[in-house]
Amino acid sequence: MGQPVQRVEDQRFLRGLGRYVDDVDTGPGTLHAAVLRSPHAHARILDIDVEAVLDLDGVHAVYTHDDLTGPMAEPLPLLIPHPALTHGRTQHALAKDEVNYVGEAIAFVVADDRYVAEDAVARIVVTYDVLPPVVGLEAARAGERLVHDDVPGNLAARLEQEVGDARAAIAAAPHRLELDLTIERSACMPLEGRGTVARWEPDLDRLQLWTSTQTSTGVRAAVAVKLGLDLGQVDVITPDVGGGFGVKVVHPWPEELLVPYAARALGRPVKFTEDRREHFISSAHERGQVQHVEVGFDDDGRVLGLDVEFWHDNGAYTPYGLIVPIITSTQLLGPYKPGAYRVVFESLYTNTVIVTPYRGAGRPQGCYAMERTMDAVAAYLGKDRTEVRAANFIQPDEFPYDHGLVFQDGRELEYDSGDYPASLEKLKELVGWDDFPAYQREMAAQGRRVGIGLACYVEGTGVGPYEGAHVHVETSGKVKVATGLTTQGQGHATVFAQLVADELGVRFEDVEVVTGDTRRMPYAVGTYASRAAVMSGSAVHLAARRAKEKALRIAADALEADPADLQIVDGVVSVKGAPDSAIDLGTVSVLSNPLRYAFDEASKAATQFSVGDNSLPPVPEDEEPGLEGKDFYSPPRATFASGMHAVIVETDPETAEVTILKYAVVHDCGHLINPMIVEGQIHGGVAQGIGGALYERMAYDESGQLLNASFMDFLMPYVTEIPDGIDIDHLETPSPLNPLGIKGAGEAGVIPSAAVFAAAIEDAEGLAIRAMPISPSDLHTLRLSQEHPR
Amino acid sequence: MTEQLHEIRLTVNGAAHELRVPARRLLSDALRHDLGLTGTHVGCEHGVCGACTVLLDGAPTRACLVLAVTAADHEITTVEGLTEPDGSLGPVQQAFAECHGLQCGFCTPGFLTTIHAGLRDNPSPTHEEAREMVAGNLCRCTGYQNIVKAVERAAALRQAQGPAGQAQGPAGQGQVERS
Repeated sequence: MGQPVQRVEDQRFLRGLGRYVDDVDTGPGTLHAAVLRSPHAHARILDIDVEAVLDLDGVHAVYTHDDLTGPMAEPLPLLIPHPALTHGRTQHALAKDEVNYVGEAIAFVVADDRYVAEDAVARIVVTYDVLPPVVGLEAARAGERLVHDDVPGNLAARLEQEVGDARAAIAAAPHRLELDLTIERSACMPLEGRGTVARWEPDLDRLQLWTSTQTSTGVRAAVAVKLGLDLGQVDVITPDVGGGFGVKVVHPWPEELLVPYAARALGRPVKFTEDRREHFISSAHERGQVQHVEVGFDDDGRVLGLDVEFWHDNGAYTPYGLIVPIITSTQLLGPYKPGAYRVVFESLYTNTVIVTPYRGAGRPQGCYAMERTMDAVAAYLGKDRTEVRAANFIQPDEFPYDHGLVFQDGRELEYDSGDYPASLEKLKELVGWDDFPAYQREMAAQGRRVGIGLACYVEGTGVGPYEGAHVHVETSGKVKVATGLTTQGQGHATVFAQLVADELGVRFEDVEVVTGDTRRMPYAVGTYASRAAVMSGSAVHLAARRAKEKALRIAADALEADPADLQIVDGVVSVKGAPDSAIDLGTVSVLSNPLRYAFDEASKAATQFSVGDNSLPPVPEDEEPGLEGKDFYSPPRATFASGMHAVIVETDPETAEVTILKYAVVHDCGHLINPMIVEGQIHGGVAQGIGGALYERMAYDESGQLLNASFMDFLMPYVTEIPDGIDIDHLETPSPLNPLGIKGAGEAGVIPSAAVFAAAIEDAEGLAIRAMPISPSDLHTLRLSQEHPR
Repeated sequence: MTEQLHEIRLTVNGAAHELRVPARRLLSDALRHDLGLTGTHVGCEHGVCGACTVLLDGAPTRACLVLAVTAADHEITTVEGLTEPDGSLGPVQQAFAECHGLQCGFCTPGFLTTIHAGLRDNPSPTHEEAREMVAGNLCRCTGYQNIVKAVERAAALRQAQGPAGQAQGPAGQGQVERS
């Protein structure tokens, strides 16, 4: 632990031998699926004519909603119900009577190959009664048009939380400000889209399903319910996944049900691989919110009352409940402790793609609201922006700090540990905060505009309910580890092997980790909320400890020693101080499993005439055969990581182009398992954040068409948009909630981006930035619309 | 309606393969699904992301924008062809492992082929040239920091290997396989 160990998974990736879902080879009989998707944002389906498909060579089946029966014909599950979600709605696997966004699945064709399947899709004739769509939060709030006839005002949910009397505190405060803020949609955009392959095994009466998911156990349960199978009949295997960033935690996608449904019906393996346009219009987006902030504060900038109202665009359906806006509403507080806080949000339907967590999951919006407010307070008081923040920090001696709110996991929003003043000092040093004004003046003298911004966040990571792990020492001494959550590039096979090597006392290269395979670990939740290292890492550690304890018991017996006198080093158990008295773990594994039959030299040692006290049962009471350890980790609540980013930008006076001159990150995720991997996560998050702040948006027109549904038009950053070098400093405030003292790191890099760029551009331009992302043309328009003070 | 099939020979990583494909079959699909060389990944199918980049007669080419029939009789190198004949990693692959230049690995094959060709043409890139070498490929995981480091590390590894290491991708056995 703590070492920058090179990743073991890279060996297959670098040779082109990774196995992503579209690489899974289910044989030459495999059929391929394509989906007919709605071209309209809002329409009633009057008729679907599939006649022209049926005589097409190579087509095996076409499904519409009329062909679905039982639970398959019912709406998809509402995964995370909440009492405030009074009008939750989910789509059907195939549209029933009505479509509510461009891209909604209507028909599913299975053919010899994808080309033929797409030919067939093009031949399906659908008659629509096109309805006026609801696009954008303004239209949703107006409520003149409805997405769902039975949802008045397009209001899916309204949730309010309050600690103290925020409005009274603001009214009584010496100073008051109001801010109106907007933030637009973006999306995860993993380089690999969604995909699913299924094989029905008639001889075994069971289903094997490979899917590009962040939750194999979730998919398994959903597929079993929808297909009317016992859980034990369904295996879900998550192969290599080409990025997730949140979107792949949504399940079951229509295709995740239709693929196995067709595979069972047709008796042939079926594969669906999403193309890029499909990913834009039929997976999920995030971020879109409109916010209104009222704040009351004293002369030092201390926030006495904070009252936030925001409107959250949840798209056409709410399969993932209220997770994103709940996170915005709670994580908005960041490292600060306002005197009183009230937050109320409305989650609203629009005729657009669904909105579900994207890396950061509502936190970037919350951070944006809070940090814009901090900057506004500082500007109002004429104070340094870091001073105002420092005046509001929760102090190191105030942990655990209970905000009195309910977090996304239904538990208290109680921070476990942190040191925000120390982080701020590190950040100021790293970015050169105190020297910046002189630099800014120097640049201004040359006609150049530069600005600096900072933003702070706290991220609840490692939310429950639990994860588990299984550690098995083979008779060869090799160690096989399984944990149920999935991997999308985080290097779990490496970091979990590090933890097992440390705890069990084996060589790193002897440990092999499998994730996301329900055959190996059927109890698991999933990879989201920066939880894998905390949850599965802790479970792996605990499971390795159990295997170790068992190994020591067996070895103590064999070596006639006290277990307390034993050590395990490089896979060999020995008596401390007596290295000749030793037994390797492989032999311990042999002894752990009393045998009747020998099958090789090693196993002879465990057969019935070779070992054992004849007066005792071969397997002791309270023991099981096999050198294994299994354990689960289920914390009472999340652990709260934190960080602070600063950026220096230059804006072009002519073109309004924004250039990043320096980007600095101070990050506190507790103890680091593998600093190389943590830094990689930060790099990637920062890059996604830059995309979200400066380039990416979902360009819906008024008819609900997504105009930029391609990589040509949705501007994800290339290396040319990312600064050459990201300065990172770590603070390690351990979490008291888990045995390793770790906190999550996966999402951190992206959280402060909108906030930090808004701050820096505002500083460079002297213009109030209230809408993000900001493109050069947006900035140009803003310049034109305001008197320019410089 | 039955599609007309065309008999073509694709020479991939030095090995010739004869196959029958419809005119519209993409080179990326032919490599992946007809030849089973699934190391070439498809990220956008419109030529922007670069994940499917292969070398066509040595030139980085988006396999999703090329029809298999038009690639016939050209030399194709895929990521699988960058591994040394003894199974060890080639210098660009090795550099990515050392520099943590990949996370999910999906875009990686396109970077590896692109850099392989880039360093062949410019064995000692400046830092700016190293960044430029990868400026046409998208990665959503790494933020590119370690990819750029890997370009520079790969250049160093190639130079340490001497002329042998700088030869173009290892050739296959030259046999004809039927698919």
